Amino acid sequence: MNKRDDQVNNEGTATEERSLPHRRVHLHSEHQQQGEQKPADMPISISIQGLNAYYGKFRAVKNITLDIKAKQVTSVIGPSGCGKSTMLRCLNRMHEETQNGRTDGKVLLDDEDIYDKRVDPVAVRRKIGMVFQKPNPFPTMSVFDNVVAGFKLNRFWVNKSELADRVELALKQASLWDEVKDKLNQSGMALSGGQQQRLCIARTLAVEPEVVLMDEPCSALDPVATLKIEDLIRQLTSKYTIVIVTHNMQQAARVSDWTTFLLMGDDRAGELIEYGETKQLFTNPKDERTEAYITGRFG
Amino acid sequence: MAGRNTIATSPLPAQKTKLSDHPASANWGDRIFYNLVRLSALFVIILSSLLVIELFHGSWEAINKFGIGFIWGTTWDPVKEEFGTLPTIIGTLVKSLLALIIAVPISIGAAVYIAIFAPKWLRGPLSYLVESLAAIPSVIFGLWGLFVLVPIVRVIQIWLKGHFGWFPLFSGPAVYGVGVLAAGIILAIMITPIITAISRDIIRSVPKSQMEGMLALGATRWEAIRKAILPYCRVGLAGAVILGLGRALGETMAVTMVGGNAFALITSLFDPVHSMASQIASEFSEATYSLYISSLIYVGLVLFGITIIINILAQILIWKISNGKVGIIE
Amino acid sequence: MATATQSKLHVTDLHFRRRKIADRLAFIALSACAGITVFMLLIILSYIFYKGATQIDWNFLTALPKPAGEPGGGIRNALIGSVIIVALASLMAMPIGIGTAIFLNEFPSFWVGRAIRFLADVLTAVPSIVVGLAVYTLVVRPMGSFSGFSGSVAYAFIMIPIIIITAQEALRLVPSNLREASLALGVPRWRTILMIVLPVSSRALLTGLILAVARALGETAPMLFTSFGNAFGNVNISKPTATVPVVIYRYATGPYDDWHSQAWAAAFILVGVILLASIITRFVIRSKFDE
Repeated sequence: MNKRDDQVNNEGTATEERSLPHRRVHLHSEHQQQGEQKPADMPISISIQGLNAYYGKFRAVKNITLDIKAKQVTSVIGPSGCGKSTMLRCLNRMHEETQNGRTDGKVLLDDEDIYDKRVDPVAVRRKIGMVFQKPNPFPTMSVFDNVVAGFKLNRFWVNKSELADRVELALKQASLWDEVKDKLNQSGMALSGGQQQRLCIARTLAVEPEVVLMDEPCSALDPVATLKIEDLIRQLTSKYTIVIVTHNMQQAARVSDWTTFLLMGDDRAGELIEYGETKQLFTNPKDERTEAYITGRFG
Repeated sequence: MAGRNTIATSPLPAQKTKLSDHPASANWGDRIFYNLVRLSALFVIILSSLLVIELFHGSWEAINKFGIGFIWGTTWDPVKEEFGTLPTIIGTLVKSLLALIIAVPISIGAAVYIAIFAPKWLRGPLSYLVESLAAIPSVIFGLWGLFVLVPIVRVIQIWLKGHFGWFPLFSGPAVYGVGVLAAGIILAIMITPIITAISRDIIRSVPKSQMEGMLALGATRWEAIRKAILPYCRVGLAGAVILGLGRALGETMAVTMVGGNAFALITSLFDPVHSMASQIASEFSEATYSLYISSLIYVGLVLFGITIIINILAQILIWKISNGKVGIIE
Repeated sequence: MATATQSKLHVTDLHFRRRKIADRLAFIALSACAGITVFMLLIILSYIFYKGATQIDWNFLTALPKPAGEPGGGIRNALIGSVIIVALASLMAMPIGIGTAIFLNEFPSFWVGRAIRFLADVLTAVPSIVVGLAVYTLVVRPMGSFSGFSGSVAYAFIMIPIIIITAQEALRLVPSNLREASLALGVPRWRTILMIVLPVSSRALLTGLILAVARALGETAPMLFTSFGNAFGNVNISKPTATVPVVIYRYATGPYDDWHSQAWAAAFILVGVILLASIITRFVIRSKFDE
């Protein structure tokens, strides 16, 4: 009993918190229309402060400080090996799952440090979900079970109809419902690559995270499937904060509101070179290295 | 070699040597070598066939006399020259299953620990120690079992019988120590490293993205293992377990030394009963006439049949999951 | 802590706590499983050391066994017997095993190769006692007596599949550009294999051979029907020959305390040699998980 109350409370506060920035985003878009752009005012979802990531002794990501705006799509671009994916994996503590992976610095989610000693990485990942480079549905589970795989973990007891509703909602959010509603009991592996990736997105959304991290989500997909995922990302931005790593600059330009450019420094560690609104960064970069990269002079 | 030198020094190489001067058929070295290695491969096939042929050959007398009914015959009477092996088959199966019940959870647990939880510096040494346990010969386990394990088991038996003697499994004679329970425990110790080593390889062959996919949904590590990793490789793990079973079925020395060697249908966990291998090992030197020997070899043939079927099954399961990347021998 | 109710990251609900506890317990249980396995190894090894090492002296290694019941005596005959039988078995098994591995790896033909590899895999799984029985009818019966030679044949049976599998793995790891470089120079295939491929993989081949020898040294069951055993200083392999593992078995199951302590001593030597072999192979070729 007590536990269910807890949940209701959690959900209550969660929706409250979600609605507040939502309104402000709305305001922001009004500002935009009026040409009164104040990006600095936008609510911040994740604040990265002096983040370093290591593999054993090797530092892969160096001293990154960056604020990721809520309910916006932020893309991370840069040449391969510059630590884009590593940085992304630091944002929901997946980096420490790799062999010898460790980090220092702070990553604040709504003013709470996810690297605080008292914080459980499991709780972090409930709030900050992740979609991987290659679609990785669980092969022994049906489409249905794949979608609720994470959701079920967070409930002590779920009733069937709630589960079915959740699956439908998540699949609809992932624009997959119409394609798979008749195949819910088939294996997730029976779907096409693009569908599998959207299934993985649906699986992440079903947990109701606030932030969705995407690690080159389209790199294993064909152009048509890629376009569908990009559309989906644009739709999701009304409800979720999205950070997407991509090696494809056009994709970054198409889907993101904000762009982060990383580059490998002399010590082979990835550094933040420039961060700004996508439009500005691609048309009028402040740093000449950014310009060199986006005009294709290296990388 | 000579030909190459000519080409290098001659101003008009094309006219000096033609390709047709060196027809493939003249390459004696390659042909001899090829036939030699092919012969050794052929030898392996011959050896395997000989193994089967000799088992049939050796047991022919008993096969003629008792036919297939030998397998479900329950009498083993060297005096009346009547032989049947059902009780030893059952004894073998019970001991091996007991070993599996003990060994499987421990082995797969250890494999998960080594493959996923163990810090990197510990993985190598841990794997090495587990494999060292597999390298210890059966007779050493028998020796240790006889002088260390059996006395302990005897104490356990007396206690169990005293408190739970009404329970059929614990109703047997409790004074021996040697018996099904001791054999099951020693077999479990022996097959644990095998199941562990293979399961570890199989678990490591699961794509990382499976574990990460689960973790990114907010699963704990244990949940990710239970819901993503173990289901993903369940077929291969079944193969590893069956391989362990195959090893347990054919294990001889340790079982002979601690299993108790009586020909009887098993009634409780404390019974000292034969398994197939222990019967052959312990009675062979006493077998005084050819039908007796032939019957023992017949038991060996049945044992061979059972282990081969089980192992082929295991191989297929393991191949399926790993595409042959997992070796029994490391 | 006080902010726990508003916090999203400090989850405190009951179900979450239950999951964390399950996670913790599972971790402890899994570590315990690995611990138990290692513990069993250590307890067995230390017991063998404790009972065996104290019994060993020069006399034990060099003397012949005393008649049953008389204390003292050694295992010289068994040591020599084991060495001779295993050496002879290696001589038989090595060419066949490595030759087959070369055939499988260097002259690939899909079905034949797969079938032979499958046979080798199955052969490793044949219970050694069954091998002993087959060799009994194949060699012992026609020869009319137990013999060290028949023991060698039985050991060869056991060693061949191990050598095939390890040698094939060793050859597979030789980069194919080495072969191609040699072939492109006009070196015939057989010389390429003998001069380039085998030397490059020699350490891995040796590892496999040592593994096979170590395995054979400890095999007991097939010897009961082949080399049988012998209490005298026999080195004639056409006669019954003593081996260390059979001596351990006989002494352990015998009635005398002195036999028991000699069994421990022999066990100490056997396990020592086998573990030494495994340590050597480990440092000749490091386990593939070390990278």
